[in-house]
Amino acid sequence: MAETGIGASVRRKEDNRFLTGKGRYTDDINRLGQAYAYFLLSPHARAKINGIDTGAAKQAPGVLGVFTAADLAADGVGGPICGWVVTQKNGEPHKSPAVSALASDRVNYVGEQVAVVVAETLTQAKDAAELIEVDYEPQQAVTKMKASLAKGAPQLHDDVPGNLCFDWEIGDKAAADAAFAKAHHVTKIDILNNRLIPNALEPRAAIGEYDSGTDSSTLYTTSQNPHVARLVLAAFMGLGPENKLRVVAPDVGGGFGSKIYVYRDEIVTLWAAKKLGRPVKWTAERSASFLNDAHGRDHDTHAELAVDKDGNFLGLRVSTLANVGAHNQIFSTATPSYLYGCLLAGQYKTPAVYGEVKTVFTNTAPVDAYRGAGRPEATFVVERLVEKTAREMGIDRTELRRRNFIQPEQFPYQTPCLVQYDSGDFPLLLNRGMEVIDYAGFPARRQASASRGKLRGLGLSCWVEACGLAPSAVVGALGGGVGQWESANIKFNPTGSVTVFTGSHSHGQGHETVFAQIVSEHLGIPVESVEVVHGDTAVVPFGMGTYGSRSGPVGGGAVYKAAQKIVEKGRKIAAHLFEASVEDVEYANGTYSVAGTDKTKTMAEIAFAAYVPHNYPLDELEPGLDETSFFDPMNFTFPSGAYFAEVEVDPDTGQVTILDMVGIDDVGTVMNPMIVTGQLHGGFAQGIGQALYEQCVYDDDGQLLTGSLMDYCMPRADNLPSFKTEETNQPCPHNPLGVKGCGEAGAIGSPAAMLNAVVDAIGVDIDMPATPEKVWRALQSRAQAAE
Amino acid sequence: MPSVSMTVNGKAVTGEVEGRTLLVEFLRQNLNLTGTHVGCDTSQCGACVVHVNGKSIKACTTLAVQAEGAEIITIEGMATNGDLHPIQAAFKEHHGLQCGFCTPGMVMSAADLLQRNSNPSEPEVREWLEGNICRCTGYQNIVKAIQAAAQAMRG
Amino acid sequence: MYDFNYHRPKSIDEALSALSSASDGKLMGGGQTLLPTLKQRLASPSDVVDLSAISELSGITEQGGAIVIGAGTCHAEVAGNASVQSKIPALAALAEGIGDPQVRNRGTIGGSIANNDPAADYPAALVGLGATVKTNMREVAADDFFTGMFETALADDEIVTAVSFPVPEKAGYAKFPNPASRYAIVGVMASKGPAGVRVAVTGAGQGGVFRVSAMETALAGHFSAEALTGVSVPADDLNADLHASAEYRAHLVGVMAKRAVDAAG
Ligand SMILES: Cc1cc2nc3c(=O)[nH]c(=O)nc-3n(C[C@H](O)[C@H](O)[C@H](O)COP(=O)(O)OP(=O)(O)OC[C@H]3O[C@@H](n4cnc5c(N)ncnc54)[C@H](O)[C@@H]3O)c2cc1C
Ligand code: FES
Ligand code: FES
Repeated sequence: MAETGIGASVRRKEDNRFLTGKGRYTDDINRLGQAYAYFLLSPHARAKINGIDTGAAKQAPGVLGVFTAADLAADGVGGPICGWVVTQKNGEPHKSPAVSALASDRVNYVGEQVAVVVAETLTQAKDAAELIEVDYEPQQAVTKMKASLAKGAPQLHDDVPGNLCFDWEIGDKAAADAAFAKAHHVTKIDILNNRLIPNALEPRAAIGEYDSGTDSSTLYTTSQNPHVARLVLAAFMGLGPENKLRVVAPDVGGGFGSKIYVYRDEIVTLWAAKKLGRPVKWTAERSASFLNDAHGRDHDTHAELAVDKDGNFLGLRVSTLANVGAHNQIFSTATPSYLYGCLLAGQYKTPAVYGEVKTVFTNTAPVDAYRGAGRPEATFVVERLVEKTAREMGIDRTELRRRNFIQPEQFPYQTPCLVQYDSGDFPLLLNRGMEVIDYAGFPARRQASASRGKLRGLGLSCWVEACGLAPSAVVGALGGGVGQWESANIKFNPTGSVTVFTGSHSHGQGHETVFAQIVSEHLGIPVESVEVVHGDTAVVPFGMGTYGSRSGPVGGGAVYKAAQKIVEKGRKIAAHLFEASVEDVEYANGTYSVAGTDKTKTMAEIAFAAYVPHNYPLDELEPGLDETSFFDPMNFTFPSGAYFAEVEVDPDTGQVTILDMVGIDDVGTVMNPMIVTGQLHGGFAQGIGQALYEQCVYDDDGQLLTGSLMDYCMPRADNLPSFKTEETNQPCPHNPLGVKGCGEAGAIGSPAAMLNAVVDAIGVDIDMPATPEKVWRALQSRAQAAE
Repeated sequence: MPSVSMTVNGKAVTGEVEGRTLLVEFLRQNLNLTGTHVGCDTSQCGACVVHVNGKSIKACTTLAVQAEGAEIITIEGMATNGDLHPIQAAFKEHHGLQCGFCTPGMVMSAADLLQRNSNPSEPEVREWLEGNICRCTGYQNIVKAIQAAAQAMRG
Repeated sequence: MYDFNYHRPKSIDEALSALSSASDGKLMGGGQTLLPTLKQRLASPSDVVDLSAISELSGITEQGGAIVIGAGTCHAEVAGNASVQSKIPALAALAEGIGDPQVRNRGTIGGSIANNDPAADYPAALVGLGATVKTNMREVAADDFFTGMFETALADDEIVTAVSFPVPEKAGYAKFPNPASRYAIVGVMASKGPAGVRVAVTGAGQGGVFRVSAMETALAGHFSAEALTGVSVPADDLNADLHASAEYRAHLVGVMAKRAVDAAG
């Protein structure tokens, strides 16, 4: 089995369809008689809506319907929801404003959906949308967090005084204050974590369909978690019940968090299909995606590290403002609280940590989980601060980290930030990274650059994250609204092939291959004989979907457990066929045998016997070979890594060139090295994008200045180097496969490494992204300061 | 409505279109060749790249009527008799794709590169891909795949 | 996009008649600027007159001491043309740096200069090399052709037919691209030749391409990057946007000018 089992770089089963143009993304699907929806978006960041006149639009050629919030309200259709209740410092739950399915009496960001036109063709729908007259009364918008919290600021929501979503804390304030009181040195830093736009390459899309014969609906949509979408649509939007609603997330062209949520356009498209008795299709234009897909990050942080004279960390204090945009979404409260605060200890045994976070509503698009969600922000704070401390104290940055690392023998390690790290070897990661980047040779390389008039810098980031969401009980205790298990169903077919139904959803991660490898490894059948099915609530029993690097640890764990159930049932069938006792039947590599005899049966033979039970213990055992497992692990997983970046800055222009990027990762057991490496590469690209290129900018009136790829800089092939990656494989102790998750790692660790490298090169702190002008200005100010 | 005729993946096709119908709309909607994707509306992502008369172009920034009489090759026309084109095979071998959305445009763009330069260096490949955005892979395996395909095609 | 009538004339005369009979006709070269504009519904021409089938508009020839490039010639052809590469390598390099391969396979020199985007590359080439624009009506010196941001000397019914570039003694182009769009934040063409010493800057000016006489004077004395030391352009009339302030652009003009001179060899 070695060549296709766990640990093999099996080439992806899904690739042929993508490579030949046969992928089936939502927009590739056309339903008989479908009509097209087009949404009218708000041009204002903040305005009262005094009225909407849809009269002319309704009369336009081809128009089937024009709908506004009133129509949806009349049918009791609800708007987007928040999935996590965060308890504030004062013990009260966070504030979540009521949100309707289309903007009703006010708009709160540019791009907010105000009305929808459904017409025979998309062009007709667009033409008619131009005829809708919205009586807006524009008002002063507020896009910056501090301004939004200020007295007298415009109030976004009547039910949220002061625009404050929550004021939350983690850790022990008194202990942290005491640590600072006895500090030898305190390093302070102010950090902006730039706002990002996810930009999965496939724009979001949806097709709603209603069957009056069965009174049931179907929604094809670009979702990372179709079952969750179904649950939410049924429970909160009134578009269920769940057993009358099918949600299909076919091939999905990347998500990175932005396709977790149930958006207004999906709700309205599904509702309109029933209203009109026609399938309705909607596909986002990229310009609209920029405006109303959930954005990511956007933190403003002050942090301080207290250190003794030997460089031992004594205490950390972090105070953060996080922008949630105009309203909450599913993870918009969890992301800047638990997913952020729980990681503030980093890889260090800092005894006292205190973090406080205020989340703020502003007239900007909603901000929610984006690849890494909270953890890149936490890593960035810790690793920028550590590197700055090393510089200020004149201690080598690797040495300073080494002194403060949680040591391998200290696991499980309870941090001051709620979580208990389960495993890891941080010095190992650091040491290996130093070898690969040739840390010792850096001064000479820097000298060589200087002789060419260039500034060379090296930066690192030693990070740990918590992913594999999971444990339902913990998530529930912290305010999460749903379970965090995953399910898998393995169905043997009578002729020996296998179909695996997983509640995880693959939108690039390669589940169809990796989950087949798990089955191949444990059931002894070739990967080619295993078909993995995902993304359709009508065929997959249930699932919580894919985000937070949970598919490997949780979804994979469920597949493994279902495979074990198959093995055990097969053992009973084999015992009957062997006329042996169950205890005497051995199983290995897809074959049952009885020790000391030459009796053997393959899995395929057992499957046949299970479906053609002519000789079968029917009095004790049901026929069939079909097992389902739900897996809910006992802890998060804790991948970690040491990332190194080396850059060269052109002082004439401020241009940063990446010379090297090294990532040493501990993502636990590596099931498919090729795929894991690919995930890390993608994460690096997004993390480097954040560090050097990407930034979402609103002007003070709330207009999005980076509203297209002309202004929002997505990293391209010539912006990136070839990355060097290695994995150290410390298995996770509490899931059966030992995997920790690798989907977000690259994006979590790389921004800090990259920015630290730039800061190292230029000798001045700057914010991300380190654009040429920013770097050039920093160099100018350094030169002036030196004069 | 104007009618257009062109050859797509070796087959003669004709269709009724409006003046404003984009080539990508014609391919996806009229011909149901949905392998050519639309990832943006500002002509930048390259998900829509196809070949017109042997050159790679953006089908989202070309009118269907402009392709009158032209030879079009789309991603669906790359494999022959079920055998992947060497570029497609190399993308699979080197994991040059994740979600697959950018992939058709990447493959078509790469095919144009390799007919001009049979042995491109890594920087040459990276520069050539200026008009193709991938959000998933970080490009490294795409570059590797294209160089491997070049080698395979040189024989 | 709003709908329009589409024409594909075979000759300039046919094109002109299609244009004159349209209520609001628009010429189309490669469509790489026009189509994105129409897709955003920023314009609604009644008729689009596609120039791509007019054979007299395409092709590159050497005429006396000049390279003449038909208006319909795409950027890739200019970049790959042997005459351009040998006689004005800076122009080939400039064309190779426009957009991406797919844009270069369609976008034309005529369309680029008629559009006169303040961040486009070709205007720097025309002014920096002292080119002449040929139209169906007349010949216009590049210095007089570009009249302001997205403005040219072209009349409504005037078609660019070719651009004639005198072959310079030396010329170099240096571009600092906008990281997102890859258009020029600053692009400088510096040359020495029959048209004198020229330094033309694109990307930076509020009114589009402009010449820097102080630099030209400095280079006339000695055509070397060092000659430009201490010569700067004021930031006052320069563009400022998300990607670069006027002050930074002014600084980049200095840096890119030196690099252009270095590239000229
Ligand atoms: C993704 C992308 C990146 C780009 N990057 C760059 C870049 O880096 N640098 C750069 O300089 N440009 C860039 N461009 C623009 C590109 O070079 C265009 O090709 C060019 O600006 C317009 O040429 P066209 O032939 O496509 O003209 P069209 O789009 O067809 O026309 C543009 C305008 O010119 C008029 N016109 C066209 N031909 C003629 C003619 N012969 N006579 C009179 N009027 C005419 C049209 O009526 C229209 O108003 C980019 C474009 C895209 C889509
Ligand atoms: S769809 Fe993005 S370039 Fe064509
Ligand atoms: S593979 Fe997803 S965008 Fe390239």
